[in-house]
Amino acid sequence: MQPIITITDLSKTYASGLSALKNVNLEIRRGEIFALLGPNGAGKSTLINVVCGIVTPTTGTIVADGHDIAIDYRAARRLIGLVPQELTTDAFETVFNTVSFSRGLFGLRKDPGHIERVLKELSLWDKRDSRIMTLSGGMKRRVLIAKALSHEPKILFLDEPTAGVDVELRQDMWRMVRRLRESGVTVILTTHYIEEAEEMADRVGVIRKGEIVLVEEKAELMRKLGKKQLTLHLQDKLDAIPELLADHDLSLSGNGQELIYTYDTRGGRTGITGLLTDLAAAGIRFQDLQTSQSSLEEIFVDLVREQA
Amino acid sequence: MNAPAIRAIYGFEMARFWRTALQSIVAPVVSTSLYFVVFGAAIGARVQEVDGVPYGAFIVPGLMMLSLLTQSIANASFGIYFPRFAGTIYELLSAPVSPFDIVAGYVGAAASKSILIGLIILGTAALFVPLHIAHPVWMVFFLLLTAVTFSLFGFVIGLWADGFEKLQLVPLLIVTPLTFLGGSFYSIDVLPPFWRAVSHLNPVVYLISAFRWAFFGRADVGIGISLTMVALFLVLCLGAVSWMFKTGYRLKS
Repeated sequence: MQPIITITDLSKTYASGLSALKNVNLEIRRGEIFALLGPNGAGKSTLINVVCGIVTPTTGTIVADGHDIAIDYRAARRLIGLVPQELTTDAFETVFNTVSFSRGLFGLRKDPGHIERVLKELSLWDKRDSRIMTLSGGMKRRVLIAKALSHEPKILFLDEPTAGVDVELRQDMWRMVRRLRESGVTVILTTHYIEEAEEMADRVGVIRKGEIVLVEEKAELMRKLGKKQLTLHLQDKLDAIPELLADHDLSLSGNGQELIYTYDTRGGRTGITGLLTDLAAAGIRFQDLQTSQSSLEEIFVDLVREQA
Repeated sequence: MNAPAIRAIYGFEMARFWRTALQSIVAPVVSTSLYFVVFGAAIGARVQEVDGVPYGAFIVPGLMMLSLLTQSIANASFGIYFPRFAGTIYELLSAPVSPFDIVAGYVGAAASKSILIGLIILGTAALFVPLHIAHPVWMVFFLLLTAVTFSLFGFVIGLWADGFEKLQLVPLLIVTPLTFLGGSFYSIDVLPPFWRAVSHLNPVVYLISAFRWAFFGRADVGIGISLTMVALFLVLCLGAVSWMFKTGYRLKS
């Protein structure tokens, strides 16, 4: 299937000389949830802002659902909704009016019914006549989402949607994003919270110093890069790892009560059988064992460190 | 053209106007009344007539122009500066709107507001002095032309300003002095020849003169020259706006 967004050779150098994006090539698939991960200042927001038309690219092209965003900007922008990172709202406007305004700005006729549905879904209906400045930070975030959904976009950008948001709103937001995906909307989100990407995303892209260093199916990424650990709870304390076991990637913890074996799931052989045989030969007995897989966060930290 | 977007911007800006109705409507009525009391009654008692027009009536076009200029600039510059300041400009930049749509919405609303205020002043003035308008169609034409031109000028200032002080700078330091020295309250014919010549460098002279001509059929300078000068300024402002949008000046990085 044709990707919904195709970014080709995109670079952005700001007037200050800062090179925020370096030759980015990226395709976003239709209907997916794509998480863009990266440390602060990596270029996540610049990338989003270029696609949305807020920042002018230095070089490169972007095509959104067949429309070049520079040439055919009206058609391209109609498809795109943006929830910015900063809580920028019109303080004196009411919730209902500001959301209706957004719909008009995107060239659509008034539709109070649609605005009502959006506000209800975001638990803002009771606040529809409140001025935005009287709302809490979390409510303002909801207003920004409502504005982005006012014109029924096919592509939704969420720039750090859950930064500084309480647990309830975060879960509401995740539910909403899933519903949007079910209705065919493509969602691109940037986040610091790896758990968010892990929970939500179909694919993950990692950006570092303006370069896309990796794009991968989330499950594949975790399978590929995921390290597994086998923890053996020993019956008798060990002071050091015996000579006999030196060939295995082992470490001792828990005051010598735990032996931790790290292995790679990429290789066909995990080395567990050999380890267990050697353990038996060394006369080490254990009372329990467990395995754990590294989270996306650990993968991410590894990745960023590796490239640094 | 994105008509719903122009309507949305226009409606948004007009809503701001009505929300602050007290300061946007009552304030000009009060200040106009004050001008009439001070200039009309105090000076008018000594200066009976200018060019055969009673002094009270003579100052009406100048007063309207004074408000029209300051209000057009203030409304339009604030209208576009505030979203830049608050950050809500992101929505405008990401919306499927052309520079024309944006300018039509903001400048249209700013011009509407100042025209409304101009008419309110005219109505207030009619309570103090008997008024007869010699060329009503031209009067409306100049009202529109001035409001649009100076709203465009205000829009340029609103894009240029990078702080609230700068927003005030041009209106306070340039426009108000030029308006006061532009013959709002006198005919430049009464000035000594040297200052009369200097006055011809003041663009506001042409505006007020043309507007006064529409009221009383008499002007300090020829109506054709006035029209040319205003049109020239309009073209200058249009050029500045289109350059700003083309380069993304202070809008886009």
